[in-house]
Amino acid sequence: MTLESASAPPGRTGEPLLDVRGVSKRFGAVTAVDDVTFSIRAGERHALLGENGAGKSTVVKMIYGSLQPTAGGFAWRGEPVSIASPAAARAMGVGMVHQHFSVFEALTVAENVALALPREPMAALARRIREVSASYGLAIDPERSMHALSVGEKQRVEIIRCLLQQPKLLIMDEPTSVLTPQEAEALFVVLRRLSDEGCAVLYISHRLEEVRALCSAATILRRGSVVARCDPREMTARALAEAMIGAGVGAVERTPAPAPGPVRLALRGLTLPASDPFGMALRDVSLEARGGEVLAVAGVAGEGQSELFAALSGEARSAASMVEIDGRPAGALGPTARRLLGAAFAPEERNGHAAVGEMRLSENLALSHHAVAGLARGGALGRLLGGWIDWRAARAWSARVREAFDVRGGGEDPQARSLSGGNLQKFVIGREILREPGVLVVNQPTWGVDAGAAAAIRTALVRLARAGAAVVVVSQDLDEIFEIADRIAVMRRGALAPAAPTAEMTAERLGVLMGGADAAEAAA
Amino acid sequence: MEPFLISVMIAATPFLFAATGELVAERSGVLNLGLEGMMLMGAVTAFAATSATGSHLLGALAGAGAGVAMALVFAVLAISLMANQAATGLALTIFGIGASGLVGQPFIGQPLDSLAKLPVWDATALTRVITGHDPMTYLALAMAGGVAWFLYRTRAGLALRAVGDSHGSAHALGLPVTATRYAAVLFGGAMAGLGGAYISIAYTPMWGENMTAGRGWIALALVVFATWRPGRLVAGAYLFAAVTQAQFYGQALAIPSQFLAMAPYLATIAALVVISRDKALTRANAPACLGRPFRPDR
Repeated sequence: MTLESASAPPGRTGEPLLDVRGVSKRFGAVTAVDDVTFSIRAGERHALLGENGAGKSTVVKMIYGSLQPTAGGFAWRGEPVSIASPAAARAMGVGMVHQHFSVFEALTVAENVALALPREPMAALARRIREVSASYGLAIDPERSMHALSVGEKQRVEIIRCLLQQPKLLIMDEPTSVLTPQEAEALFVVLRRLSDEGCAVLYISHRLEEVRALCSAATILRRGSVVARCDPREMTARALAEAMIGAGVGAVERTPAPAPGPVRLALRGLTLPASDPFGMALRDVSLEARGGEVLAVAGVAGEGQSELFAALSGEARSAASMVEIDGRPAGALGPTARRLLGAAFAPEERNGHAAVGEMRLSENLALSHHAVAGLARGGALGRLLGGWIDWRAARAWSARVREAFDVRGGGEDPQARSLSGGNLQKFVIGREILREPGVLVVNQPTWGVDAGAAAAIRTALVRLARAGAAVVVVSQDLDEIFEIADRIAVMRRGALAPAAPTAEMTAERLGVLMGGADAAEAAA
Repeated sequence: MEPFLISVMIAATPFLFAATGELVAERSGVLNLGLEGMMLMGAVTAFAATSATGSHLLGALAGAGAGVAMALVFAVLAISLMANQAATGLALTIFGIGASGLVGQPFIGQPLDSLAKLPVWDATALTRVITGHDPMTYLALAMAGGVAWFLYRTRAGLALRAVGDSHGSAHALGLPVTATRYAAVLFGGAMAGLGGAYISIAYTPMWGENMTAGRGWIALALVVFATWRPGRLVAGAYLFAAVTQAQFYGQALAIPSQFLAMAPYLATIAALVVISRDKALTRANAPACLGRPFRPDR
């Protein structure tokens, strides 16, 4: 592994644009960023790498002026500057496209752009938006309402908003996590053109192949400190990952798929109207998940995956025959009744959906397992109240989950919210797996989880399937899908394409299915 | 019919003032349930100032000032100190009821000249209905129109809507979230004070304890009924005024007066249920950050 030492310049060209000089940021007793130094040159595509919680977001928030450093400072073209606010950063020439878009859903595209720019008549602005959008191939109609746009279109609005300010440095925070491979490719074309025009790009991502293809310099953070600087083109993705984690990356153990077992979970023509004006209706969704396999539901965000998960878990009811668990009609049943049929569910949002942050782990365990883990006791009165909870059993179960899935932190029986994201995610997935369900449906099992925990979760999911369960994984992470799925079905606009074996799928084909005809055109 | 419509024109005015102000506050993301209390303080202050100076103009300004003072208390608690907005607003109303009763004690039973009316244009039935009211009636309409223009045609109005829609994004763009909310809440207070002043110096020129009689609550419901849009708010104000006025005409039909007195509130509940059933309508217009305190990053 050839990592440059902390001070050696890796032979880059271009004037230094932004120098980050010994910047630290403390929140109370926690040091999020510790003495970080790096420099970005004009026209350079510079990657900022690190695991979740390594401090990447904190660093860019300070560059963009929305946080102030506790120590250290910045220099812009060699001159020391203090960046007091986002407005000051923009005035200097820094633009930022946020990971969770900072857009206003209730406003139009033009209004969203206008808010970031100096005053100008709306008609003139709409014309300028059309010009930039045509020139960079970022198709968007300035009159449309933001909430009617797809995620990829919202990102275009953010990029156009930055471009109209003629930035010298554009910060992109995890821009491709919500895009199809084709949309991502189109974004890279825009970014390459920008840097050819002299605008530097600070690119944050944990998709290392992307970084290797796009960036000519990288700064790697670990626990708030710079651990390496390198040219990502000269390194393998594995070496970059090891530099980020500081240890070898455990590979997912994956055994070949056994002969297909019986159908354990089936959807038959599931149709559900959207419960929410910004939601997606499910249209004639059919699916069969067999024992022994991992079936992935792929798709970009907001194409109906949340609605599909709700219909599978029983949070949304349908006609009884539309959902079958082990051959029994379950569409009209609630989540507890479906759990009693042998199914288990782990929703996407770990805080507030899969777990109640204010409750202890044992209490969270009882919430999903009260009926199925032998926790309910009592006679007639007890049954009337849904059973007395056997808290000793709940604590024992919870301890077993923590033991089996290496859930760390917070003493004997901690509150769910005191755990880090990765540890809580291991708990909510482990809680379901340890029950040995016949059917497991998980939504985004490793979202926002570091590489080590993600590998552990994925291994456990595959192992559960090989033991005879049908495992359905709803995910937007293509790497994850290719890593663990035996078959892949793509969700788009509330409809599900028939599942195909992973061996027959390529990222390109998947991208076309995810983006539909638009993406096929773009690729042609 | 003519006298009924004329009375509706007048009865709608306090709703227009109070609800227009509340609409602006809610569009910025702040729910101020203290409307009734601000109106009562506006009413008693306007009455006292008018009877002391003899000037209705000074009276109305004093009423607006009292509303602003009440709103400032609310803003400090709910915006700066991030107290729960619903609880703080309720406390403000209860405080307003008590304080206005205390301050108003000496004025009970005192007479006051009504705010002078403009001349009637006696050409047709329509002109007889819409002309010949006092200036505040027209001011209220003009304010509603002005707010519509402000919200949809000015950059400051755009910024205010943005703050109510996503305060995190607004902050990230460098918009002054806290200052915008203060301004919106204080404007709401001034308008509520004017609404109260209208009741005590023009509508029924006298002071009586609790004389706003729940109009603040109806105005709050009116904002939801209007799905936070000024045009619908004007229409709704006349509709609700018509329901309140209908009770006086319904007495001729031998319906017990208690039922008639309930009518406006029943109509309010019915209207809210109808509106809230249409999720698309509320969600496309409701300020997404309504009632949520804003904590900037450190």
